[in-house]
Amino acid sequence: MSFISSELIDIEGVNNLWIKRNYEKCSGCRRCEIACSLYHEGKIWPEASRVRVFMFVPGVEIPHLCFQCNDYPCVEACPEEALSVNVHTGAVITDKSKCTACGTCINACPGRVPHLHPQNDYIVICDLCGGNPKCVVACQEGKWDALNLLKGIDVETEKTPAKIPKKLAYETARILLGEKTTEEVYEW
Amino acid sequence: MVNGFAGKFLEIDLTNKNIKEITFSDKILQDYMGGRGLGVKILWDRLGNKWETIDPLGPENILLMLTGPLTGYFLGARICVTGKSPQGNGIVGSTVAGEFGVELKCAGYDGIIFTGKAEKPSYVFICDDHVEIKDASYIWGKTSRESLRYLVKQSINDIKKIHPNYGEFKEPSVLYIGPAGENKSRVAAVEAKYAHAAGYGGYGGVMGSKNLKAVVVKGFNSLPDVMDQDKMLELSQEFSDNCFRIEFFRRWGTGSGGYTFGADSSSEPVRNWQEEWHDEKSYKGEEFDKFWVKKYWGDYGCPVTCLKLAVLRDGKYAGAICDNPDYELEAFLGANLGIFSPEQNIYLSYIIEELGFCGIQGGAILGFTGELFQRGILSKEDLGGINLEWGNVDAFAELTRKIAFREGIGDVLTEGIYRAALKLEEMKKTEVLKYAVQLKGMAIGAHGLKSGKDMVTTTSIGYSVSVQAGDHTSSASLPIDGDGSELYSILSDSGIYCFFTTFTLEFDQIACFYQAVTGWELPKESWFSEKGLRILQLQRAVSLLGGPDAEWRSKQDDSLPSRFWEPLPSGPYKGESIDKNEFEKLKSEYYAAVGWNEEGVPTSEILQKLDLKDVELKLKKEGLL
Repeated sequence: MSFISSELIDIEGVNNLWIKRNYEKCSGCRRCEIACSLYHEGKIWPEASRVRVFMFVPGVEIPHLCFQCNDYPCVEACPEEALSVNVHTGAVITDKSKCTACGTCINACPGRVPHLHPQNDYIVICDLCGGNPKCVVACQEGKWDALNLLKGIDVETEKTPAKIPKKLAYETARILLGEKTTEEVYEW
Repeated sequence: MVNGFAGKFLEIDLTNKNIKEITFSDKILQDYMGGRGLGVKILWDRLGNKWETIDPLGPENILLMLTGPLTGYFLGARICVTGKSPQGNGIVGSTVAGEFGVELKCAGYDGIIFTGKAEKPSYVFICDDHVEIKDASYIWGKTSRESLRYLVKQSINDIKKIHPNYGEFKEPSVLYIGPAGENKSRVAAVEAKYAHAAGYGGYGGVMGSKNLKAVVVKGFNSLPDVMDQDKMLELSQEFSDNCFRIEFFRRWGTGSGGYTFGADSSSEPVRNWQEEWHDEKSYKGEEFDKFWVKKYWGDYGCPVTCLKLAVLRDGKYAGAICDNPDYELEAFLGANLGIFSPEQNIYLSYIIEELGFCGIQGGAILGFTGELFQRGILSKEDLGGINLEWGNVDAFAELTRKIAFREGIGDVLTEGIYRAALKLEEMKKTEVLKYAVQLKGMAIGAHGLKSGKDMVTTTSIGYSVSVQAGDHTSSASLPIDGDGSELYSILSDSGIYCFFTTFTLEFDQIACFYQAVTGWELPKESWFSEKGLRILQLQRAVSLLGGPDAEWRSKQDDSLPSRFWEPLPSGPYKGESIDKNEFEKLKSEYYAAVGWNEEGVPTSEILQKLDLKDVELKLKKEGLL
């Protein structure tokens, strides 16, 4: 953790870390979910994972996690001030004690990324594991390269805007399966 | 609560729409593990004393979908689908990869037991403790893809009603059947995704016979707690690292086999096994990869990701999408039909999946029919106007459709090659059975024995003494605790895990993982001389009991298809054949090693030693012992 933050150009208010996702490369192994839930929940828990692999069409797997929008509409929208931005990483941090699970942030998010914890009354959002995201480690060690950790200046150059999983699946299906097949398999 | 287990099973009586939760004792879970092993135990306890009277396609059969203690923790999650098999009339532990087992455990269940028969086409929807039998008439008769799409879409809406404020959740996981299963084909598969399949055994037809189109499951809970998570994760990392180092499967899956098993090892079915050699360079792995979606593809937890997705983007068959044919499908839906075009092979795989067949059993039926056409036993008229020449992919696709919907000759062929052959002998008054390359009602996997060079089935008795007959993933060999032993197949099917992740592992390493999950020790000795062996004996016993429409006697049926006794007619191993004396000698050795008498029946001694006195009594009652 510490070696990463020491590498960062630490400018307050700037996203210094971002997980780049290459949907076309995701194998659907969901080892990112396993790594994430083990780190955050202490057990394997696919729905409690902060990164979740959506598969509306088999073969088109979409690892979905916080996009760290520049204007952080979720943080803005939260009526309880339970959400904040970590100035070092750019991740959204949830204050569980303040969160009432009202769901306002879900609707504020253009990617509908936040979701309730499946058992407890608070929202869960990727916190970048404090700077060393476990999902990226899992993806990289298996050489799938669907999740990549960007740092510093690369973040602003490569960051993509938030979209909902269905939209991302549709776009990715067009690339992977071709237009003709997309029409056949995708009707959402 | 037992570590590694959700702690309860769902029992769904489809006739009376009665849903309840049941449990099994720790002793049963320790002895039979899960998946295939537990399935065998459940089936024996409930149906054993009347086994020979149970119609596999009748409401009295029991259909099981079972996880194992390692499901979700070990690399590569699978689920086991089983019941009394309509192919072999015994039990096949048929497993399929995917997220279903994980979702089921996260929903709080280790497995599902289906009894009876639904009044009308139905599917079961499970979202944690919400379990509902729902109407499937809208999708009954629809292809696999359309069915899956509807089920996922509908179920997402249903889950939203249960969790209105949750936000987005991952789609549920589905096991389903296509038209072949609905029409009670004995060669229909239980499918998942596009289209992973529990193929061997014919359980798609069993689902159809129960009017059960699909099971949809979504679990919001975590996987159950394990005994020693740190140890489990340490081992998981070590095993994964092993897999990361093996690049072969990741590059090709088994999909380079369509060429190599023919050209190099001469052990691939070509034109219904008339030959086992070909040198068609058009069929090399790299010719297939033109049609791949260029990415590694796998299922839950898998470090290997050996799958590929194949898409035909243009040309005559544009729009076809399927799991890129693995070796078995390259063989059975390609070489075995005289097809050596990857594009056509992919198209036919897509058709097979869309209609809901097992690629191996379905492909075997197509090849068998192709040979009967070649020999003039079946005419174009017999086939409803289909000119079934080798290599004519459109003809084979059309025949596949007829089989799925039981049209004309399809009504006979859908019963699988063994039963179809008997029926055709009756109809045509000529010898047909010798062209059916099958053992005990099941077509044999695409690994020939004559050259002696096949990597998968290395001994001539591999299929003959297997308790799952032609299943190449459960072939037998000696020594009984050696690498190729069927007891290893029973272990992976009961665990359950994908054995493609365990090539570098020793038994003790897997046992160590099992202990980290469950807290239970599993000494090698206890598996090979007790637990695993007990499951083997039970499977052997029900295979011998068979019935009501077929029974197998080891003297004649622990043999090989007649074609396998003929020498190889072509290729570098031309003339090679299986030495019958050697075969019989190995068979006797095997019988002795697993505790079977000269007739291949488990002895009283071994049955008593394994606490299977009720099996002994039953075998005696039926005059088998």
